[in-house]
Amino acid sequence: MKLEGKNLTFSYDKQGQAVFRQVNLCLDNTEKAALMGPSGFGKTTLCKVLAGYVKPQEGEVLLDGKPLPEKGYCPVQMVWQHPERAVNPRLKLGDTLADGRNVPDRIIRALGIEEDWKTRYPQELSGGELQRFCIARALGEGTRFLIADEISTMLDPITQSQIWTFLLEEVKRRQIGLLVVSHSEPLLEQIGARRIYFGGESKPSCKK
Amino acid sequence: MKTAGKGKNMRQRARFLLIIAVIFLAGVAAAGVLCRDAAMVTDFSRKDLAPCLKYPFGTDWLGRNMFYRTLTGLSMSILIGVCAAGVSAAMALVLGVAAATLGKKTDSVISFFIDMVMGIPHILLLVLISYAAGKGLKGVVIGVALTHWTSLARLIRGEVLQLKESEYIQIARKLGHGNFEIARKHMLPHLLPQFLVGLVLMFPHAILHESSITFLGFGLSSEQPAIGVILSESMKYLITGKWWLALFPGLMLVLTVVLFDLGGTSLRKILDPGSVHE
Repeated sequence: MKLEGKNLTFSYDKQGQAVFRQVNLCLDNTEKAALMGPSGFGKTTLCKVLAGYVKPQEGEVLLDGKPLPEKGYCPVQMVWQHPERAVNPRLKLGDTLADGRNVPDRIIRALGIEEDWKTRYPQELSGGELQRFCIARALGEGTRFLIADEISTMLDPITQSQIWTFLLEEVKRRQIGLLVVSHSEPLLEQIGARRIYFGGESKPSCKK
Repeated sequence: MKTAGKGKNMRQRARFLLIIAVIFLAGVAAAGVLCRDAAMVTDFSRKDLAPCLKYPFGTDWLGRNMFYRTLTGLSMSILIGVCAAGVSAAMALVLGVAAATLGKKTDSVISFFIDMVMGIPHILLLVLISYAAGKGLKGVVIGVALTHWTSLARLIRGEVLQLKESEYIQIARKLGHGNFEIARKHMLPHLLPQFLVGLVLMFPHAILHESSITFLGFGLSSEQPAIGVILSESMKYLITGKWWLALFPGLMLVLTVVLFDLGGTSLRKILDPGSVHE
């Protein structure tokens, strides 16, 4: 499977300046890639476009040559940067986790989610604990590509390493394509991801 | 933990207050209906009695028992308040959700109506509507219902708009959940507390406004033992030193309103998961 972004141009304000112009990139489902670029250059926005949260003004996102499905489970899932905003504060975490489609128990256990966390509300858990729920939720059985937008930036090194060890194993086992956004050079080295440089006038390309 | 133990008390206290308020208000509403006939009895042998053991609120110039009259008046006020506030809150919910979900045009129309109704002084609009609807019970209920929905509608509209943009709802959509499922699972837990608390906090307004337009003579007719009628009639007798005619009904009205307010505030505390440990 192949996730492709073709000539993507996006601006939040129709008349205003574009966040990025004519961006091309592609990602295979056996591949790990890292999106790199300075802050404020639209990395998160590009992630949202690729995962189908927002529509680009120009260009298209294709999955095996077809546009992303508008309804139903999206095979491209994104884990957001701020877990505390990505879970409903009025739902117990068990219910939030149940939003994911057929998440195997194996994943929940491997992420170190404890049984009694599921009966708590989000404000009773820490950011790292919430992020585990968000990752598990995004790894339902229909997921083919995972976009990880700075998912471990706010975590302590031990939790970071736990989560990444699990994630790398999981994407390898299930052949999920991984797109990582991170500023941490050592982390990207560990992951061994292909670098996609992005920002301003430079155009990331499809070349491997 | 020390703080957690303390917090549980706050929730228990809130629950206790809510139960007290509900019992008192339901009791008054029921008692008023039961002693409606007794409130109408005139007996000139006992007129103008000051409060005593037999007549705790005294009697008026027709020898009517003011205690019964006050209870009946309050119970009418409470029932009208519940009825009008219920209709009003339902309108607010429908219009608020419609404004937030049915596109820009619907939103502008509904927002315009909200601004318009809010822009006119409440009491003026109430008098106009209830006069146009033929005064009496019907006029009052319609008047109160049509004027009190605005702030709750605006609140619900804002809440839905904000929820629609929230990350967890966008995520749920990408996880393949439909509109209905998202509304039920993700939006309802946010809207229901707002709605319930808004509804309960609307009661005191409805009751006060019902009493005030009745006091002004645009509401319930004068043979009804309504609080507004009692207060406006007793005005004439205050000057002759019959203080109990206005004092006790007035105090009871204030007590009712305060209890509703207390009930609403306690309900909000109980429903807010942010206060589970307070």
